[in-house]
Amino acid sequence: MNVQKAIVVIGAGPAGLAAAVAAYDAGATDIVVLERDGHAGGILNQCVHNGFGLHTFNAELTGPEYAARFGELAAARNIEILYGTAVLSVSSDRTVTAVNSRGMIKYTAGAVILACGCRERPRGAINIAGTRPAGVFSAGTAQRLVNIDGKRIGRKVFILGSGDIGLIMARRMVFEGAEVKGVAELMPYSSGLRRNIAQCLDDFGIPLMLSTTVTEIRGRDRVSSVVVASVDENRNPVMSTAREIECDTLLLSVGLLPENELARGAGVEFCTATGGADVDDGFMTSADGVFMCGNCLHVHDLVDYVSRESGACGVAAARYVTGCGIGKSDAAVRVRTSGGVRYCVPQRITRGGCGNLTLRMRVSGVYKKCKLRVSADGAPVAERNRPIVAPGEMETLELNAEQSRRLRSAECVEITLTNKDG
Amino acid sequence: MWYNAVMDTCFDKVYDCIVIGGGVIGTFAARELCKFRGKFLLIESGNDVAVGTSKANSGIVHAGFDAAPCTLKAKFNVAGSRIMWKKCAELDVPYKQNGALVLSFDGSRDVNALRRRAVENGVDAEAVTAEFARALEPNLSDKVVSALYAPTSAIVSPYELNIACYENFTANGGEVRLNSAVTGIERVGKLYRITAGGGALLTHTVINAAGLYADVINNLVCSVKRKIIARRGQYVLLDKTAAPVTRTVFQIPTARGKGVLVAPTCHGNTLVGPSAEDVNDKSDVSTTAEILNDVFDKGRLSVPCLNKRDIITQFSGLRAVCGDDFVIEESEDGFFNALGICSPGLASSPAIGEYLAEKVAVKLRLCENEKFDPSRRAITCFASATDDEREKLIAENPRYGNIVCRCECVTEAEIVQAIERGAVDLDGVKRRVRAGMGRCQAGFCTPALIKILARELGVDEEKITKNGTGAIVSGRLS
Repeated sequence: MNVQKAIVVIGAGPAGLAAAVAAYDAGATDIVVLERDGHAGGILNQCVHNGFGLHTFNAELTGPEYAARFGELAAARNIEILYGTAVLSVSSDRTVTAVNSRGMIKYTAGAVILACGCRERPRGAINIAGTRPAGVFSAGTAQRLVNIDGKRIGRKVFILGSGDIGLIMARRMVFEGAEVKGVAELMPYSSGLRRNIAQCLDDFGIPLMLSTTVTEIRGRDRVSSVVVASVDENRNPVMSTAREIECDTLLLSVGLLPENELARGAGVEFCTATGGADVDDGFMTSADGVFMCGNCLHVHDLVDYVSRESGACGVAAARYVTGCGIGKSDAAVRVRTSGGVRYCVPQRITRGGCGNLTLRMRVSGVYKKCKLRVSADGAPVAERNRPIVAPGEMETLELNAEQSRRLRSAECVEITLTNKDG
Repeated sequence: MWYNAVMDTCFDKVYDCIVIGGGVIGTFAARELCKFRGKFLLIESGNDVAVGTSKANSGIVHAGFDAAPCTLKAKFNVAGSRIMWKKCAELDVPYKQNGALVLSFDGSRDVNALRRRAVENGVDAEAVTAEFARALEPNLSDKVVSALYAPTSAIVSPYELNIACYENFTANGGEVRLNSAVTGIERVGKLYRITAGGGALLTHTVINAAGLYADVINNLVCSVKRKIIARRGQYVLLDKTAAPVTRTVFQIPTARGKGVLVAPTCHGNTLVGPSAEDVNDKSDVSTTAEILNDVFDKGRLSVPCLNKRDIITQFSGLRAVCGDDFVIEESEDGFFNALGICSPGLASSPAIGEYLAEKVAVKLRLCENEKFDPSRRAITCFASATDDEREKLIAENPRYGNIVCRCECVTEAEIVQAIERGAVDLDGVKRRVRAGMGRCQAGFCTPALIKILARELGVDEEKITKNGTGAIVSGRLS
């Protein structure tokens, strides 16, 4: 089946829904959202804890509630969502090939918004030696099995990695009657949100072992124990510190990877630091009319930030298809990062673009009493004092119209992290 | 006395041949037996075939230049390598003649010695310069000084070959008993009585292809006792996006084995490994950090651009080693051994299978089976189908439109067929249709696979295991 659409959105998670709703409101009403699952909301559906929506809806919602709010916004606009529909490929000329139980569908799209989310780094990618028994789960898989499928997955749990899902699952497993023996983190700092460490570990007396890793998994049919060791400054395990911790389940929360097989197939340029596409301030990738937002662009801390960013992406895509956009953004200034700033999204700022810029970034270490600064041709344009920054917390710089205009016309835009007085 | 033993069971249940072991050797022998008229049974201790050595190896169809001339290894490797393509075509198994390079880092002496051995074994191979080798494989190290190029080296999917032989065996009337470890073998008159899985079975002949445990089986019957050493090989597997080489890249072999290779798999991943360490426990397929690092470093000697970031999993396999050569013979009257089939066992498997089947047929004067159907069709793969074919597949079976494993693009239809063909756990599904074999390593599809397995097998989800033992979810939340 061949179908023409102004905008094809891939993924009906928080990013895809926010993008679709915003694009609709910006005048591009001929939209289809393709979702491989049987319902909208993506990973939010398994996030039954609360704390979502404080920024977007000024309410403290659970994941499914937050997803439902966006589902209602999409339904109120009659935005078409095709469930059980997996996208197999996206080409650089915006042909989207999808499949569902009724057959193959080929969309010719005015714009494509990639909102495919992210996936978890598996055991194999972190090279833990030992046996390969049942009982090793990535934290998100465990979360799905417990929260959606209602399964008991283990009674004595150890967690490697202090990513947010790992922290939340530590608490969740306690609620389900399991004993959580501890959370090991390779780095000297947690990659999760500070509030999650307080609410999920500290409140339940679960130890967080920093600069520590799991060196071996033991157990034949089922995990019987893990070997845990401290790591040196080069993150190599110090085997003299190794000790065995008895457990039947190991959860891994060792990083999220943007899911970008489709974008790769479309031949878009990538940013090594984010694992997402290299985008301009309208979230357009290097492929004309192919946009990207949400966790496949860069992994976010809060869904509220995903919604906001994706809304802006949807508006930009709508402008593009209705002809008031900027078109292929070859005239753009690249945002350079230095001094502990690991990346910035967008990576490019269009000269001909309009609107206020929001720069989202992550730092590469923990720094105290510092200042984020964006400068144009060496002159500071905006600064933000921060008592503490950490890799686990995304930083943003909101620029007003004048500041944005200065960046758009600069030859060189740079973001740095300096000490507060510098 | 033997009369009583026979009366224990039924006379019409005397098999012509019982094959012990559902690895690639056992299933190949079983499949080749079907070319003759007779009653054949395959016994496997595991809950599925291809659950031992055959599931975890390099998947290389060695050209045959490496084995010492005049050994059984040389004979069966060279013969197996020549017929593998035909067997794979009959059985619809992924096979690719990708060629191999053996790299030398310190001079051409070793390469020439290997080339002489190739000539003796009748294998096509030539000594080439480093420049020639790098023209074939641009990612080779610049420290390579010369190489042997063997164009007939190939790759095959080892577990798929194993499973295909099994399916073709049953399609031709072969009987199977899974979950049946052999606990006793007795000679009763001119028959053997095999105790397995709690039952007694009578047979005229036995093929012992029990892999790591073939010594145990041998020692139940044969006067010459054997001991098999489990030699572990640890591997790392790289994502399909890495693909640093298209040919199999070896280093000059040592006495311990063929060394660490870097090779593509039939499905486009890259294998780096194996190590070679003797282990005491024949079920110890664990990996160790030290050796995995060593394997990777050795792989980098050949292909420096290998990146740990591309690793998606690690695993170990155990080679069954019994001295320097294979033991393939009629060790006692009607008791045939295929023992100590370590590398190049996979490459040799079609030749060993043919050889053993013929030995049995000659011994029992079995007639040719005119009804033998050599062809087996693989489960139709959605990922490699064209869009038109996909449209047709979905029209016939809408489950082809439901992608369950997103990394490898595996549909529900394929998973259901894998279960219909014998998969009973996650690993069985994975080996048949690749669900869970991709870069997320079953992170996303595990919950769905548990549901589909439970539904198709008619059991509770709590009964679904990864590989026969060890349930994945242990119960319901109250």
